[in-house]
Amino acid sequence: MTALLQQRLRGLASLAEALLTPHGADRYLELLDPMLVRREIRGRVVAVRHQTPDTVTFTVRPSRAWRGFEAGQYVRLTAEIDGVRRTRCYSPCGPGSGDLEFTVKADPHGLVSRHLHATTRVGTVFGLSAADGEFTLPSPRPERIVLVSGGSGITPVLAMARRLVVEGHRGEVVFLHYANSADDVLYRTELAALAERHRGFRVVHAHTHGRGGDLSGFFSKQHLAHAAPWFRDAETFVCGPKPLMDSVRELFEAEGLGERLHTEEFTAPPLNFDTEAAEGTVRFARSGRECANSGKPLLEQAEDAGLSPEHGCRMGICFSCTQVKTAGRVRNARTGEVSGEEDEEIQLCISVPVGDVEINA
Amino acid sequence: MTGLQDRLTPEQIEEFGRELDALRQRVVDDLGEADVEYIRTIIKTQRGLEVAGRGLLFAGFLPPAWVAGVAALSLAKILDNMEIGHNVMHGQYDWTRIPELSSQRFEWDNVAPAENWRHSHNYLHHTFTNILDKDRDIGYGILRMDAAQKWHPYYLGNPVYATLLALLFQWGVMLHDLEIERVFKGERTWAENVPVLRKIMRKAARQIGKDYVLFPLLTGPLAPLTLVGNASANLVRNLWAFSIIFCGHFPADVESFTQEETDEESRGQWYLRQILGSANITGGPLFHILSGNLSHQIEHHLFPDIPARRYPQIAAEVREICERYGLPYNTGPLRKQLWSVAKKIVKLALPGTPSGGPEVTVDPDRQLRAA
Ligand code: FES
Repeated sequence: MTALLQQRLRGLASLAEALLTPHGADRYLELLDPMLVRREIRGRVVAVRHQTPDTVTFTVRPSRAWRGFEAGQYVRLTAEIDGVRRTRCYSPCGPGSGDLEFTVKADPHGLVSRHLHATTRVGTVFGLSAADGEFTLPSPRPERIVLVSGGSGITPVLAMARRLVVEGHRGEVVFLHYANSADDVLYRTELAALAERHRGFRVVHAHTHGRGGDLSGFFSKQHLAHAAPWFRDAETFVCGPKPLMDSVRELFEAEGLGERLHTEEFTAPPLNFDTEAAEGTVRFARSGRECANSGKPLLEQAEDAGLSPEHGCRMGICFSCTQVKTAGRVRNARTGEVSGEEDEEIQLCISVPVGDVEINA
Repeated sequence: MTGLQDRLTPEQIEEFGRELDALRQRVVDDLGEADVEYIRTIIKTQRGLEVAGRGLLFAGFLPPAWVAGVAALSLAKILDNMEIGHNVMHGQYDWTRIPELSSQRFEWDNVAPAENWRHSHNYLHHTFTNILDKDRDIGYGILRMDAAQKWHPYYLGNPVYATLLALLFQWGVMLHDLEIERVFKGERTWAENVPVLRKIMRKAARQIGKDYVLFPLLTGPLAPLTLVGNASANLVRNLWAFSIIFCGHFPADVESFTQEETDEESRGQWYLRQILGSANITGGPLFHILSGNLSHQIEHHLFPDIPARRYPQIAAEVREICERYGLPYNTGPLRKQLWSVAKKIVKLALPGTPSGGPEVTVDPDRQLRAA
């Protein structure tokens, strides 16, 4: 019965799409209410709070196309700022179904984070992508788990912690969180509540610039040994500012534990381009433009040629700049890998042409 | 022989180009929320008119409802094609990074697929504006629109072809992308046309399906009335689009150019050619919106990728620049421009170069007017 009904509904929906060609149903539905869209995902803010003066925490109720996320994953959140749509990746830390909770720290130089901090209100609507990312808990779950976070990097690991508590994880979990000082600690009460609900869950607060925490100063082997003396038998998940990530990684490499460390980074290492030795021509097939290869990433070359291909992060994370390369070879500026497959999808922002290249842009 | 290059002295042309670049930069720097808001309002209006038009045709057995339905639907199609489609597909809103306003993704309510059009219009026509044998808009390969096009008895039918083109304009635009005449000349292979053809057929099937099958069927016994209503709306849009577009490039006094004249053009010379090759139409704000601001064809050809709502704002300045450099700024009311186009179509049906008329646009003895 319900199957039949569903079939009928689907039939109706495709009839509507055919009638509303070429724009499609969403372009009409969104005029009534942006949340009515069927294919895209949108989210409406249902709660806002400020845990610290420079952060904003908001809860977003996603529209119907949302398929949930796994703890640790991120979504691309899109806001419109002075007419321009801007996309950034943020990890939600809700329980995994239903509403998503984001915490964003206003970076003094960050256009989007400052905007979100200053303007997010109940009722604000954002664009959302499906959840993405490999930074997730393996299953079966490891016995022992160390979660390390710094500042607003707490969100993906907090999502993991919540997940583990909900699942009734039996092993030991240590949550080592870094903040500048006691006043900057995010989710203090939530962490305490989790520790209360779960016997094997321990929270260790480290303050880099203030007293009153369990630990003080920057991440070190002593810190880790103090928080989780058994860290060698555990799987460790870390997310936070680059210096924190770097020192955790260094330590684990030195200990030969690189395999057991899982990291999430939104800041890619700086890319190096050789603009001297560049040769060949870049052709943008759809627009018919052509330019000499400058050795810079294709996204920049396209922009220099007067095109404005879609993009987001400009560092290989968000995949909004993906286009089909129809001919030639490109080097991935992050991995150094050169590939020459035909009709291959590449990310313009991190692909540098090696000789002649044709892009379907 | 003096040509396009000799209109202004090298110093003048450079300064002229710089002035226009600066004007463009000023507009670009000022783009923001108001521009997005504007296009969204237009889109909302268009969608509203479309829904209203389709809805009214369900009551098409009442003559006033039928007429109102056709009117609303015609307006919706005109807005969709002109102020929204044409402009969005020019990339005027690409800077917003809003997918619905992206030139690469937008598809319009027209049988010509956006992707083909972007190539033939945005790239070919806007780069090679009014260069004979290069800008395929000159006559669309069917008409004789310039005295420098060699006469052939076929062109006796010029007025007939033009009328047919006006009536079936969207189909003309669609077939335009196939570049049939280049296939005949052997410059393009049939194989190259296969993907274009495939896209055309897919798009046309959808458009026909919605206007001539699905919507009529949905209105049940009114199907024939709805079908005629939809056809009328398409027709109104065709006639309107044809008029606006032909008035933008083919009134008397608009010039055409030879390929040699435009070899190694500088930025300033390119701007110059755009101005000499386009014509404006005067009118009120509503008229400009319905024409997709192509009534500001000159401004559009100078800066095809800045939001069209900006053209009226900069028109006075462009005109002032033209005056200062002694360049023509071709403009006039719709009836004057239409009349001028019609006369040209008829005159050029006959052999030879119409004498005494300003229709001779490739002027072999251009004077150093401003030098
Ligand atoms: S812009 Fe984000 S992956 Fe290229």
